[in-house]
Amino acid sequence: MSRGQRDFLIWVATFLVMLAICIPGLWVVLSAFRPNGEILTKPAVWIPRDLSFDNFRAIFGLGDNVVGIPVGSYFWNSAVISVTSTVVAVTIGMSGGYAFARYRFPGKSSAFLWLMLSRTVPGIALSLPLFILWSWTGLIDTKLGVIIVYTAINVPFTIWLTEGFFRQVPRDLSEAAQIDGCTPWQAFWKVEFPLAKSGIASAAIFAFLTSWNEYALASQLTRSTDSKTLPVGLMDFTAQFTIDWAGMSAMAVIIIIPALILTFLVQKHLIAGLTFGGVKG
Amino acid sequence: MAEVSLRKVIKRYGQMEVVHGIDLEIAHNEFVVLVGPSGCGKSTTLRMIAGLEEISDGEIAIGGKVVNRLPPRQRNISMVFQNYALYPHMTVRENLGFSLKIAGKAREEIDRAADEAAQILGLTPYMDRTPGELSGGQRQRVAMGRAIVRHPDVFLFDEPLSNLDAKLRSQMRIEIKKLHQTVATTVVYVTHDQVEAMTLADRIVIMRDGHIVQTGTPLDVFERPVNTFVATFIGSPAMNLVDGMAEGGAIRLSDNVRVPLPHGFAALAEGQRVTFGFRADNLMPLGHGLAETGEVATLELPVSLAEPLGAETLLLAEIAGKEVQAKMMHPRPVSPGEVLKFQLALDYCHLFDAESGVRLERKRDHGTD
Ligand SMILES: Nc1ncnc2c1ncn2[C@@H]1O[C@H](COP(=O)(O)OP(=O)(O)OP(=O)(O)O)[C@@H](O)[C@H]1O
Ligand SMILES: [Mg+2]
Repeated sequence: MSRGQRDFLIWVATFLVMLAICIPGLWVVLSAFRPNGEILTKPAVWIPRDLSFDNFRAIFGLGDNVVGIPVGSYFWNSAVISVTSTVVAVTIGMSGGYAFARYRFPGKSSAFLWLMLSRTVPGIALSLPLFILWSWTGLIDTKLGVIIVYTAINVPFTIWLTEGFFRQVPRDLSEAAQIDGCTPWQAFWKVEFPLAKSGIASAAIFAFLTSWNEYALASQLTRSTDSKTLPVGLMDFTAQFTIDWAGMSAMAVIIIIPALILTFLVQKHLIAGLTFGGVKG
Repeated sequence: MAEVSLRKVIKRYGQMEVVHGIDLEIAHNEFVVLVGPSGCGKSTTLRMIAGLEEISDGEIAIGGKVVNRLPPRQRNISMVFQNYALYPHMTVRENLGFSLKIAGKAREEIDRAADEAAQILGLTPYMDRTPGELSGGQRQRVAMGRAIVRHPDVFLFDEPLSNLDAKLRSQMRIEIKKLHQTVATTVVYVTHDQVEAMTLADRIVIMRDGHIVQTGTPLDVFERPVNTFVATFIGSPAMNLVDGMAEGGAIRLSDNVRVPLPHGFAALAEGQRVTFGFRADNLMPLGHGLAETGEVATLELPVSLAEPLGAETLLLAEIAGKEVQAKMMHPRPVSPGEVLKFQLALDYCHLFDAESGVRLERKRDHGTD
């Protein structure tokens, strides 16, 4: 097989895999701009005939057929919950990662292992106990309740990711900074934090996306417009006998866009973070 | 004025004591080198002076003020780390100016100080590069520059040259020496390289297993090592040590090698076991040495290996089955196995107690000498 042929085959294979990955996404985006009738036609209509923003108008209650879903509230809930839990998780996780990277303490390695093991429990398995606990404590159907759960989910991963980055920052640097006149606190912010920045940014974006997209637990713990998040809100489009696929798709697009924008904004850090291109001596 | 005093300084890590009560007085502007084998506690001692490591017991004073409880930033010291510890995310200029920036100095003043340091160290063309874009020698210079901009009371160096190649190392050694002359400051310098120690130091402190073994000027420790450890540690090639026994006014090194007792050792008891030490420079083949005055012993020794170095040849000879090094000036070819007549300058020989390795001092037998 010549080199050209092989390259060609690789391209074809890559294309097919990408197609498989992208088509559902594309289909959702496409459906967001089509009326329900066209979406449900059999055989499927691949080339859209009738594109419009009607579905979005409907969601925001501007069109002729008002769907009447409090999308604004859901968006606000999602934003508050995701941002807060991300900030808290990154703050705690970064401190934890730093401690694991820098200090020796009894039980360190088993503590680290347990943190990682907590990730092996599927979140949904915790939903019943959580539901009961949260009902007792009155946290059910509150943003705070969801924030606490998401923070707990995100902390171990943040610790794990930032620990690797802090470990790459030589201890000498903080010491040099302290000799140069910094307090340990200043040394951290002026030297160690900037050097681990890409790892922290990666951890933050992962935490945010996890919170933003989480459905299973949120669907158990929220029920009113006070706390329902966007993914949970998707279910509002299902009625007893019908599903408003068009509205749902439009809503899905609304969910995707902020995540997409955010990811693009920090992608430079994300790439640096994922390739662990931390510090060079 | 910044003299540094260590008084009974002890360092423990948990149960393990690694520095055992060190006493050391370092004068203002003195260049002191801590030297010793790996793991002897040099870095630990230096880091305790810097305040990066707490001291478990004892007292450290800088400029007469006890600093035991002061954090590094309040000790007015600078430190150059073995791997430089430059801030990778800052340019050379920012690295140099960092300490002044933290101290809240004005922008112009920071720039002036950075430029001045760069001038001294030849870093001016690299000011806008980051450390990642510099060679090892240049990074080393930035590390030194960062130390000098602050005009500290004390400079601390922890093996600053060990990551450089041999040529650069000797070059930087000279620069450090010059630097000390330009910016007169107290220096504590850690190395395990005895050549560095000899060339740089006003005073050498030789450490071993957390103890100070000997303190003195480079010549002191070279000429009068307190024990066999110092004797072999200082000087290159290492001092030859051969076990022997005092016997009939001589030292018997083997059945057929006897050396007359050097001057001043007449009091040695018959049968006392000693370690006899001499340097390669003091054992030379007859006619291939420097004109030596003083007591000379003549030995016939087989040569097992000759290492020509140009101006001189290093010879491996054998005494009592033990290899000793000798030097041959104005060399001629020597074949292995050849037996040569050597001259040994007794005035430069050392005797150590065979058990403890402690130096035996010469006694003045006749009052005037
Ligand atoms: N954090 C620590 N915990 C326990 N022991 C330590 C620690 N740091 C150093 N030591 C021990 O203290 C002793 C002295 O270490 P130190 O780093 O001062 O040696 P050194 O003389 O600088 O050696 P080198 O020339 O290899 O740098 C060593 O035996 C080392 O194992
Ligand atoms: Mg060391």
